[in-house]
Amino acid sequence: MPRSHTPAWEREKKFNAARVIHSFRIDGLSPFGFVEFPFRHYIKWQNSLTLGTLTYFRHFSFSNREIEMSNKRRITERTMHTLFFVVASASIVILFMIMVFLFMEGMPIFNEVSVKDFIFGKYWYPTSEPPDFGILSLIVASLSVTLLSALISIPLGILTAIYIAEIASKKVSEIIKPMVELLAALPSVVIGFFGMVLVAPFLQNVFNIPTGLNLFNASLMLAFMSIPTICSISEDAIHSVPNSLREASLALGATHLETILKVILPASLSGISTAVILGMSRAIGETMVVLMVAGGAAFIPESIFDPVRPMPASIASEMAEAPFRSAHYHALFATGIVLFIFTLLFNIVADHIAYKYKQVGEATL
Amino acid sequence: MSVSVSSLQRRRNFLQKIVFNVFRLAALINGLALFIIVYFMIANGWKAINWTFLTQPPVDSMTKGGILPCIVGTLCLSIGAILIAMPIGVASAIYLNEYAGHGRVIRLIKLGINNLAGVPSIVFGLFGLAVFVVWLKMGVSIIAGSLTLGAMTLPVMIGSTEEALRAVPDTYREASLGLGATKWQTIYRVVLPTALPGILTGTILGISRAAGETAPIMFTAAVFFTPSLPVSIFDEVMALPYHIYVLATAGTEIEATRHLQYGTALVLIAIIYRFRLRKRMQ
Repeated sequence: MPRSHTPAWEREKKFNAARVIHSFRIDGLSPFGFVEFPFRHYIKWQNSLTLGTLTYFRHFSFSNREIEMSNKRRITERTMHTLFFVVASASIVILFMIMVFLFMEGMPIFNEVSVKDFIFGKYWYPTSEPPDFGILSLIVASLSVTLLSALISIPLGILTAIYIAEIASKKVSEIIKPMVELLAALPSVVIGFFGMVLVAPFLQNVFNIPTGLNLFNASLMLAFMSIPTICSISEDAIHSVPNSLREASLALGATHLETILKVILPASLSGISTAVILGMSRAIGETMVVLMVAGGAAFIPESIFDPVRPMPASIASEMAEAPFRSAHYHALFATGIVLFIFTLLFNIVADHIAYKYKQVGEATL
Repeated sequence: MSVSVSSLQRRRNFLQKIVFNVFRLAALINGLALFIIVYFMIANGWKAINWTFLTQPPVDSMTKGGILPCIVGTLCLSIGAILIAMPIGVASAIYLNEYAGHGRVIRLIKLGINNLAGVPSIVFGLFGLAVFVVWLKMGVSIIAGSLTLGAMTLPVMIGSTEEALRAVPDTYREASLGLGATKWQTIYRVVLPTALPGILTGTILGISRAAGETAPIMFTAAVFFTPSLPVSIFDEVMALPYHIYVLATAGTEIEATRHLQYGTALVLIAIIYRFRLRKRMQ
C-alpha cells in the first residue's frame, strides 16, 4: 500500500542514488557504510560480474556519476601504473646520481694532474709537499688482490655449488646451504677483524715474513667473502639444467662424474660465468677487509707477501683526514670513479652474459 | 673383453669417487671457515659480554665500559635504512613483476638495479657524503646514514620482493581479474597479502645486511665516540661495525681493548644471525 504513493521514477532515482554510493564503497572510498545493508545482494552482484552489471544497468539510465565512476577506476588504474613506473625508476636515478656526484667531486683533480698521470702515476703521496696523485699502485693492488682471491674462490665456490646441487644428499645439502648463507651474512668488518688478529700473526709465524697484513692475507679473506656469491648463483644455474639432459647422459652409460663434467657444466656455463664475474666484482669493491688486512703500503707489490693499498682502502682511510674540497679530497673521489667504472664493467659484462646466453632448456647445448 | 670392460668401469668409478671427495672437501672448507670464524669470536668474546657491557656507554677513552650507544646506533641506522628501502623496493618489484612487459625501458631498469647491487660499498659512502651530508646539508647524521644504507639495500629489497611476488600463483590473479577487479585492486587485495610473508622475510634480510655495513656509514653517520644516545635523526651516532674497526685499528690501546673488540664483534654477529635465523624459521 505505501509503495504506491511513491511514483516509479522516484523509486528508481532513490535506488540509483544508493547504487552510486555503493560503487563508491566498493572502491573503498565512501564513508557511507550504512547504506550497505539493504542492498547487500546487489553489491555482491555488481562486485563480481562487471559485464552482467553493465547489461543490468541498461534498465536504468547511466547517471553521470556512473560514468564518472567507471572513468575513476580507469584513472586510478592509470595513475597507479605511472606511479609504480616512477618509483621503479628510482634505482636508475640513484645510479645516475652516484655517477653525477662522483664526477662532480672527482673531476676538479684533473685541473692539477692529467688523467694519464693520475691513472699511470706510480707515486701516491697526497699529503707531501708538493703532493703526488698517481694511483697506479692502488689499481695494481686492487687487481692483484682480486685476481689472487679469484684463484681461491672460483674453484672453491664452483666445487661447492656442484656438490650441493648434484652430489650431496638432501639432508647434507640442507646443512651446507645455510652455512654458505651464514658465511655470506658475516659482516665484512668481522672478517677483516678475524684476518687481522688471527690470520695475520699465523701467517707471520708460518712463513716467517715481516708482516702478516699483506696481499695474500687480504686475498684469502676476500675469497671467503666472494665464495657465497659464486656458490649460490652457480648453484641456481646448475639447478636450472633440465633433468632430461642428466637422464639422457646417464642412460648413455656415462658415470655421474662424466655427466657433471661433460653435460651439466657446459649447460650451465653462462650462469657460472655470471657468478664468477659477480664474485670478482664483490671482491674488488670490498672495503673493510682490504682496509684492515691488506697492510696499506701504496707500492706496486713484488711478492704475494707484500703489503698493498687497494683503492677502497685508500679512500676509506684517507677521506676523514682530507680537508674538505682540497686536491686530496677530489683525488679520492676520482679514485672512487675508477673503482666505480671497474665494477660497472664487471656488472655490465655479467648482465650481458646472463641475458644473451640465457638458459632456455635443451637449446643451450 | 669382459675383463677389460670391467677394469675400465672400475677405473671410472674410482676416478668418480676421488673427484667427488674433492667436491666434498671444497664444501667442507667453507663450513670450516664459517665455523672457525664464529668459534673464535665466541670463544674470545664470551668473557667480555655482561650486563654492563650491553647497557653502559664506553668510558676512559673507550678502554672500558660498554657499547650501548653502538647497539642503539646500529639499530637506528638499519631500521631507518629499511624504512626508506622497503616502500621503494616493494613498489619497484610490483612494477617489474606485475605491470612491466619486456620493453627496452624495462631492460634498462633491470640493468640499473643489477648495477646498483654491484656498486662498491665505499662508493656508496662517497655518494652519501657528497649528496646527503654536503649537498643536502644533513651533516653527519642518522638520516644521512640511513638514506645511504637505504640506497644500498634497495636492490636486495627489490630482489626478495620480486621473488615473493613470483611465488604467488597466477591463478590468484586470474581469478581476481575474472571477478571484475582492476589490476590495482588485484595487486592490493590479492597479490600483496599473499606475498606478504615473503616480503617481510626480505625486509629482515635487508635489515641484517644494513646492520653489518661499515664503509657507507664511515663518512655519513658514524663517529668515533659520542657519550649520549641519539635524540633526533640529525644526531651523529656510534655504530657496532665502525666501533670494531676503530677499536681494532685506531684506538689508543689496541691490545688492551682486544676483549672489547671480540665482544663487540660477537654482539654484531649475534644481532645479524638473529635476523637470519628468524628468516630461516619462516
